[in-house]
Amino acid sequence: QKNGVSNGTLYKKTFVEHFEQAPMYVAVLTFVGFGVGTIFGYLRDFMRAWGLEKRNIAAEREEQKDFVPLYQDFENFYTRNLYMRIRDNWNRPICSVPGPQFDLMERVTDDYNWTFRFTGRTIKNVINMGSYNYLGFAETDVNALKTVTIELQKYGAGVCSTRQEMGTLDKHVELEKLVAKFLGVEDAMVFGMGFATNSMNIPALVGKGCLILSDELNHTSLVLGARLSGATIRIFKHNNMQSLEKLLRDAIIYGQPRSRRAWRKIIILVEGIYSMEGSIVRLPELVSLKKKYKAYLYLDEAHSIGAVGATGRGVVEYFGMSPDDVDVLMGTFTKSFGAAGGYIAGKKDLVDFLRTHSHSAVYATSMCPPVAEQIIRAMKCLMGLDGTTQGLQRVRQLGKNTRYFRRRLHEMGFIIYGNDDSPVVPLLLYMPGKIGAFARRMLEKNIGVVVVGFPATPITESRARFCVSAAHTREMLDTVLNALDELGDFLHLKYSRYSKSSHPELYEETRLELED
Amino acid sequence: MDTRGTRSYLYWLYCQFELITCSYLMEPWEKVLFYTFNVAMLLTLLYTAYAFLPGHLGTALQSLLQLFGGQQDNQHVPVVK
Repeated sequence: QKNGVSNGTLYKKTFVEHFEQAPMYVAVLTFVGFGVGTIFGYLRDFMRAWGLEKRNIAAEREEQKDFVPLYQDFENFYTRNLYMRIRDNWNRPICSVPGPQFDLMERVTDDYNWTFRFTGRTIKNVINMGSYNYLGFAETDVNALKTVTIELQKYGAGVCSTRQEMGTLDKHVELEKLVAKFLGVEDAMVFGMGFATNSMNIPALVGKGCLILSDELNHTSLVLGARLSGATIRIFKHNNMQSLEKLLRDAIIYGQPRSRRAWRKIIILVEGIYSMEGSIVRLPELVSLKKKYKAYLYLDEAHSIGAVGATGRGVVEYFGMSPDDVDVLMGTFTKSFGAAGGYIAGKKDLVDFLRTHSHSAVYATSMCPPVAEQIIRAMKCLMGLDGTTQGLQRVRQLGKNTRYFRRRLHEMGFIIYGNDDSPVVPLLLYMPGKIGAFARRMLEKNIGVVVVGFPATPITESRARFCVSAAHTREMLDTVLNALDELGDFLHLKYSRYSKSSHPELYEETRLELED
Repeated sequence: MDTRGTRSYLYWLYCQFELITCSYLMEPWEKVLFYTFNVAMLLTLLYTAYAFLPGHLGTALQSLLQLFGGQQDNQHVPVVK
């Protein structure tokens, strides 16, 4: 029994999240780096403007110089001068399935990343730490894809219609029933594209006179959907329930801005796992808040469906809650199921409403049948309906891999953000010079990582984001961890002040050897 | 052996400088410009220190001694004329 623990009975297991701050000198040096980059950016822009250097960006013709400018030069200052220098770390073309290892096309640049050319060689068996392949369903095993090939031969590849015209196939009906059964809800609807699921369905659910309370770090699809809907948007601090409660109270006490009428609807937009931070939403507190203030909850489980929870059913299962508590359950099939598309699930009335009123149902092409079959087979595998325990094994393997990877990184002394159970692991790099160096050196060691900088993250907190997969073996993770250890020492990335001793298992192993 | 250790340590320090100041990302002519500027600033600083610091320190020391000397004079030796 603990005294003085807030919400001590809401969480059934401990909720541990880390957002350690680096020492002050790191922030200072980051700004120094950006300052030098900015000065040289101004120098290069000056040289380009005065013709001392060739201009590689879009420019107007001579005859149009007196008109209103088409290309506002300063807006792309950052892109032109800082992003271009390290551009070779993004948009790398791959030429195999994005499994735990993949092949990259080798490309070189002759003019400092303005243009690329392919040498024709491929870099084979690069360890993939960037793809959202949480359960390892992105595979080319013939036995696994048997049903998918059958469906491909039966239906072809295209649907050539929208859901409301002639695009609703029996495969979609089967998939929707399966998704509803998997999540434990009444009904579900699937869409062809995950981003479009958010941006096209939120405008159908809310409109003018409604209030949207959205988390600070929500994904662009949620932000776009919220803006398109025309409702009033208010932002609360990331995962901060006190900030949300304050906003809810103000909304109910003061009502709409000028007329002081009550809001037609109050909806809270959150995500299951936030992909840039690796943090998990505080669902129990959120549900108790929403019940108290009578608001609706829209949960975007893009990264958490299949990845967390004892049987892979997402954050709702992770916290031991019932799916009836969440009004709109949204998710994507891109991440854990190795396919493409999204779904919205909930009560039957909600889904029936969306079938008629969603923009995606009226105008967007529906999901193509082989992709639907891939999701069906992945979901059946997860639920155990194909007669094996492979699905459960994958979920358990992902949990083991996640915990091992995070524990080793903490021990080595890196600053890692996020919850201990989330398979998304952001490793903080801080300085702009290290972003390029990190990604390039990891590729030299045959490991592919995704690095992110400003503007996707705050300016001082650029990071490398690892996505652990159930298909990664212990050897692959050890290779990656050893490479990270070396690189962390070389680039001086181990800023954490709370690291425990590194390599405790090695000492135990040598002890056993000596005993023999 | 020791020189090898120091050399690789110095190289590591140089890499850190490159990474922190973003000179890792610069094209060669920009690096030349940046390093020339830095070295020039450093040399100016060192020269200023060499040329003026002894003089400034001497004057400071003198005025400090005067301050203390003046205090002592006032306390112990009453001015009798």
